[in-house]
Amino acid sequence: MDWSFIGQHIPDYLSGAGVTLRFGLYGVGCSLLVGLICCLCRYFRVPVFTWLARLYTELARNTPLLVQLFFLYAGLPRVGVKLSADACAVIGLTFLGGAYMAEAFRSGLESVDQTQKEAGECIGLTRGQNIRYVLLPQALATAVPAIFANVIFLIKETSMFSVLAMMDLMNVADTLRTSGGRTVEVLFMLAAAYLLILMPVSLIAYWVERRLRYAGFGDQRPV
Amino acid sequence: MQTMLKVENVVKSFDGTGVLKGVSFTLDEGKVIVIVGPSGCGKSTLLRCINGLEQVDSGKIYLKDELISGRTRDMHLVRQKVGMVFQSYDLFPHMNVMQNLLLGPTKALRKNGEEVRREALAMLRRVGLEGKENALPRTLSGGQKQRVALVRAMLMHPELLLLDEITAALDPEMVSEVLNVVIDLARDGMTMAIVTHEMRFAEAVADQVLFLEDGMAAESGPPEQFFHHPQTERARRFLRSFSYESKNSRKEKQDE
Ligand SMILES: Nc1ncnc2c1ncn2[C@@H]1O[C@H](COP(=O)(O)OP(=O)(O)OP(=O)(O)O)[C@@H](O)[C@H]1O
Ligand SMILES: [Mg+2]
Repeated sequence: MDWSFIGQHIPDYLSGAGVTLRFGLYGVGCSLLVGLICCLCRYFRVPVFTWLARLYTELARNTPLLVQLFFLYAGLPRVGVKLSADACAVIGLTFLGGAYMAEAFRSGLESVDQTQKEAGECIGLTRGQNIRYVLLPQALATAVPAIFANVIFLIKETSMFSVLAMMDLMNVADTLRTSGGRTVEVLFMLAAAYLLILMPVSLIAYWVERRLRYAGFGDQRPV
Repeated sequence: MQTMLKVENVVKSFDGTGVLKGVSFTLDEGKVIVIVGPSGCGKSTLLRCINGLEQVDSGKIYLKDELISGRTRDMHLVRQKVGMVFQSYDLFPHMNVMQNLLLGPTKALRKNGEEVRREALAMLRRVGLEGKENALPRTLSGGQKQRVALVRAMLMHPELLLLDEITAALDPEMVSEVLNVVIDLARDGMTMAIVTHEMRFAEAVADQVLFLEDGMAAESGPPEQFFHHPQTERARRFLRSFSYESKNSRKEKQDE
């Protein structure tokens, strides 16, 4: 292992990690939003949108991110829509992640008893208040593991951004490897970089899950 | 006396099966109607139609003079005036007792939290739950949960309260602690529509009895009549199935 090579290229990896993390987080944030909206449309059976949300979820989950990115980056310009690489990255990741987040939220909401929704309605809450104070807190408690699994999945999927010629971790490593040929060092640093980004996320997930389990507020849920 | 609730010819079916086949009744302010009938006759459905948890197929429901059936928007404004308590308590498990009680008044009615809290504490004391305000629902007994659910509904100061078999899930020794709260409310002039299988309680609390069978009002009248001189054979059979013997019929037997 050539440690001086590694030391010399740490700044490259840092800037790559910055890109990965930044766009990963944009993607995760937007995915959460899109996922929540889709899942609420389906839960409340909003006409038309329920159907659209289903169609979207199936489409997004059953096509590879690579294809989605190519479509945005190479396909759309053909019909006159030209997006920057950054925009393609965020939109692509959100398109994919929104569908996965929608499913995570949905499993959470479906675990909340229908009678809870009615109990909220019976004290005169508006739909929005019911979601915010009654349904979501309980749904999130169940959905947290799935949500964090998605966060990790999405951050890993950012490695596809190199097809957009973005200098994310993957592309940094790729460029170094093809120019210098120090494959072992390059890949070692790449794996280490992803690990350093994702380990804290896993730890946070673990901590949150444990806290929720101890809170164990569910009547029926095992404590 | 003002009419609080007017149900006119309500029809409701699920997947083509008629559940309510034209039910009508009126309920005056401050009065209690008890709805009884065999399982599956549509009692819950009737209550759920009144506060819009189910949409009627036809017929009309008025609260005071306001048409409340067939609305799809602003139903929450109606529900702020029509409270409902179910068999399964349905407290919010992630909130303690006080948070459960405050949610409706502070969010839906936008009342001042401190005032509601004081009122809630007084009501908790009244139903024998002093000191339970910070307890989580899962640490309460069924009877305690149901009393909290009643207080939660009452803190909205509803004009009408709907109770659907609120003691059906309780162990026998907890039934009376809950029913006593309801009897108290009735005495205070709360207008209520109550579905129950507790015939003794029904007789004690009712101003009016509606006997539903197969989605139709098979009989209705004052409790003395329904429980002691039921007009229809079906009602007699229904009461016998509870082996319900009223005070009078017991006396009659002794006289024989
Ligand atoms: N959401 C629903 N979808 C389909 N069928 C329903 C629904 N709700 C009620 N029913 C049916 O309507 C009929 C009346 O139900 P309801 O719950 O009103 O009866 P009930 O008088 O309250 O009975 P119980 O005394 O057992 O509570 C039943 O046959 C029931 O299966
Ligand atoms: Mg019922």
